[in-house]
Amino acid sequence: MHSTASEPVHPDGATDTDRVPLRATADNGLKIVVVGGFGVGKTTMVRSVSEIRPLNTEETMTRAGVGVDDPRGVEGKTTTTVAFDFGRITVNDSAVLYLFGAPGQERFWFLWDRLFSGTLGAVVLVDTRRLDDSWYAIDRLEAHGMPFIVAHNDFGGDRHTLQQIRDALDLSEEVPLIACDARDRESSKAVLIALVDHLYALSTRDAVPVQEPAETAP
Amino acid sequence: MKRLGPDDDPDRLYTVTGGRSRSADDHALDLVTLIVSESDPSAGMQSEHARILTTCRRPTAVVEISAELRMPVSVVRILLSDLLDRGQVTARHPRVPATAQLPDADLLKEVLDALHRL
Repeated sequence: MHSTASEPVHPDGATDTDRVPLRATADNGLKIVVVGGFGVGKTTMVRSVSEIRPLNTEETMTRAGVGVDDPRGVEGKTTTTVAFDFGRITVNDSAVLYLFGAPGQERFWFLWDRLFSGTLGAVVLVDTRRLDDSWYAIDRLEAHGMPFIVAHNDFGGDRHTLQQIRDALDLSEEVPLIACDARDRESSKAVLIALVDHLYALSTRDAVPVQEPAETAP
Repeated sequence: MKRLGPDDDPDRLYTVTGGRSRSADDHALDLVTLIVSESDPSAGMQSEHARILTTCRRPTAVVEISAELRMPVSVVRILLSDLLDRGQVTARHPRVPATAQLPDADLLKEVLDALHRL
């Protein structure tokens, strides 16, 4: 019933195939992760810049599978499930950037290596009403040696200055911190550009190990 | 959090993968590894395999297949490893080292240009 033509035709109208296919030459997937607490605007930011309607999926993993020795056997296994959204931006004929919105809570970090190793960099999206969530994410990213910037999603009415936020997060001066409105495409674009500018600066800094992995928490 | 559909209970996921949980590690499939079909679905094929072959007529990331099939990434990796073993799909792996090293500046420049063009 399906033709083998490579054109993205949708003969039956919209079903689950309002998928926008990649170019046939696409061969290099890239990742950027937006991390933040619940309700901080991760999905909104992904939606603002994605060329496809954001999709979501999940990953599950039994804790026994990460090397936790549990003498209680099967009953003792705990299953970790993490749901995440993603969108996509075509870079060129070869490269395509996937933008992930992922929760920053503790159980998520068990899956970081499995899901997000090789990520170019991360955006920590913060909300001044819940800075604690962000602090944990920043700590974990540092532990993973993952370059990141911090973006303050300002819904309006927030009187905190960026310097106050920087101080509250105990953020090093080397980590860019910018304000944004995740609902706004140009603003979300600016966040991603700030991140990639930062990565570019790090990558062209000569042979200095700029992201020395921090001590890992036990 | 997305809820799996009524047909997607854990028992069904167990059946889909034949109870396996580890074999996909061999192929080191990243979330953004792009999968391309090398053959059409055939009669009698497991329906999930057939759906993957249809979906991947154009390059499709592992994570997109997971969203399309509404199955966890780990389950999709197992299904894909079956298809890879049989040569029914090929995998285009990301060319960014899966370590904390930064990618080369030229690639980052390309990404920057694409973001500016958005």
